[in-house]
Amino acid sequence: MSGELKLLKPGIHFMMGNIACAEAALIAGCEFYAGYPITPSNEIAEHMSRRMPQLGRHFIQMEDEIASIVAVCGASAAGVKAMTATSGPGFSLMMETIGLSAMLELPCVIVDVQRAGPSTGIPTFVGQGDVMQARWGSHGDYELVVYSPSTVQEFFDLTIEAFNTSEWLRIPVIVLSDEVVGHMYGRLQVPEYDKIKIINRKRYSGPREEYLPYSSETLVPLFVAAGDGFRIHMTGLTHDERGYPSLEIEDSHKLVERLVMKVRKNAKNLWKYETLYLDDADVVVVTFGITARSTEEAVRRARNEGLKVGMIKLLTLWPFPEDPVKVASQYARRILVAEINMGQLIHPVREVAECPVAGINYPVGYVPPPEYILDGIRAAV
Amino acid sequence: MSQKQILKEKIVEESPRDDLIRRERFPHIWCPGCGLGTVLKCYVEAIAASNIPIDKHVIVSGIGCTGRIAGYVRLDSYHVTHGRPIAFAEGMKIVRPDLEVTVISGDGDLVTIGGNHFIHAVRRNVDINVFLVNNFIYGMTGNQMGSTTPLGAKSSTSPYGCPEFPFNLPLLAAALGAPFVARWTTLHVRQLADAMKRALQVKGFAFIEIISPCPVGFGSYNDLREGRDFIKLFLENCIVDHSADLNKVGITLRPGEPIILGNFVDREVPTYHELELEVFRKAGWLK
Ligand SMILES: Cc1ncc(C[n+]2csc(CCOP(=O)(O)OP(=O)(O)O)c2C)c(N)n1
Ligand code: SF4
Ligand SMILES: [Mg+2]
Repeated sequence: MSGELKLLKPGIHFMMGNIACAEAALIAGCEFYAGYPITPSNEIAEHMSRRMPQLGRHFIQMEDEIASIVAVCGASAAGVKAMTATSGPGFSLMMETIGLSAMLELPCVIVDVQRAGPSTGIPTFVGQGDVMQARWGSHGDYELVVYSPSTVQEFFDLTIEAFNTSEWLRIPVIVLSDEVVGHMYGRLQVPEYDKIKIINRKRYSGPREEYLPYSSETLVPLFVAAGDGFRIHMTGLTHDERGYPSLEIEDSHKLVERLVMKVRKNAKNLWKYETLYLDDADVVVVTFGITARSTEEAVRRARNEGLKVGMIKLLTLWPFPEDPVKVASQYARRILVAEINMGQLIHPVREVAECPVAGINYPVGYVPPPEYILDGIRAAV
Repeated sequence: MSQKQILKEKIVEESPRDDLIRRERFPHIWCPGCGLGTVLKCYVEAIAASNIPIDKHVIVSGIGCTGRIAGYVRLDSYHVTHGRPIAFAEGMKIVRPDLEVTVISGDGDLVTIGGNHFIHAVRRNVDINVFLVNNFIYGMTGNQMGSTTPLGAKSSTSPYGCPEFPFNLPLLAAALGAPFVARWTTLHVRQLADAMKRALQVKGFAFIEIISPCPVGFGSYNDLREGRDFIKLFLENCIVDHSADLNKVGITLRPGEPIILGNFVDREVPTYHELELEVFRKAGWLK
């Protein structure tokens, strides 16, 4: 029986963000889901627990979020696409293993449905406080990709994109959603399947003796799975191209540089963003996630008032889309960064902007109403 | 230079299971008198004797002296984070039930930092083998006490004697429903290799606690400075009793108190894989 038939039908749907995310994962080819209950991500796990077995795929509820992400890495080492979903407290627990995924180059997808923090915060309310953690949370030098959806459709699209990117670059990819996008119901258009691009990690198929699991000939080495007969070694210790532990400076340098460069060199291809009214904007609001929805309304109202305001909605947060922000800053007098935290995304914006940058920050737990953002815009103009 | 070189050549020449050892990685990192070489030897013997194709065997280790075993075996081998090899093995085994996944790691790794994963993996009865090397200490990090350090034993962080009771691991594993539970020392080479062979056949979670000499670490704090001191300790104190009352097999290392060994449990318990197939049936995937 074909699993294909049991995937979400192409066409128009109306559904919750978290469920759209889960259905997207199924379409992307996710074979293994491991998670631990946490609000506001639960609908993803609940939906997966029902849907995965219908397709002969694996769902397991682990004993904690550490076990969840580690099991995901184990499944990925066995050659399948795997994911987990969580929120702030669980995301914190996953940090060490996100580094393991980067180091072993085991692709995986982690969905963080952000809630208000710090600590337990307000579990049922929204937040955007994990922007920096998503990028820098695990120790050491590595790079990964972080996408951030602002609608149900984007949550769906970016989840598929996250699987594709993780398979392409053999890295952990994070979908940084939030409570409101996760729980909102919205329109979802599922394209015909032949229009959906699906990427699978490139596998090695040459002679056994010539295989180097961490070859630095290309930025992304070719994969072999457990059981393929290559008898490979993977270790979180700094390793040489054979995958064996090494203390040599050349090996350390080659490895870390490659882990970083495979994202940096492809940054431009990874940047996803949308712009609005940038052509003549004096003030540009940079934003992402649910805050982008409010910002869009605020920018339209500002335009009605005759204010020359534009916006950039970032769908990729990391690697930070430097060019669009830089270019906007060369024409604008001021850039504003709207986010539900005390100022996180503002830092990379400041790093590249050539005009003054200020934050529109809203107390964690709530979506800033358009009026609030409009006030910020008026003050800046 | 040359001493290392000579040692390397000697070991390479004498390696009995070249096909299963990454001999290019020798000399290994372990101290003289350490029991880990014996664990490695028993494991490769058990693999060679198993009727499972070599390429289906996978080893997963955590961090520690014991954790280095994964790097010396010529199998698909994964050396993951401290405390997490069981969770990694579970993910792998669940998606590839045809693989024979074995976790070999330290006591600190598997039941101290990783204790939560251990108990839940046993409870789920995921079909993996867990060979836990109990050297009563955190060897690699400099001999700190852990959850297997006997009451009163000294270590770098228990200079006045360990003030905590240690785990009784066979009791713990059996209470959680493990289908196979054994304990051997590295002195009992034959029995250990046989227990490993059995573990590779057992359906479900197979657990072996391996008591292993650590003369340079645990021993140096507790008057067991040479490998032979441990051997003497094992010779004088070990009792084999396959049907021992597991309530009474906790290890104290006090003079006159035995270390009880045996293949304590060997029973059939439905595995996670079998129970998951039931889920697939109910979900309509399988008829
Ligand atoms: C999260 C984390 N905490 C601490 C360490 C440091 N560490 C490395 S090995 C080890 C203990 C190993 O003890 P055990 O598992 O008993 O192995 P042994 O060396 O005794 O074989 C510790 C604490 C680590 N690597 N990771
Ligand atoms: S510290 Fe102990 S366990 Fe580690 S290698 Fe030395 S003797 Fe073996
Ligand atoms: Mg130990």
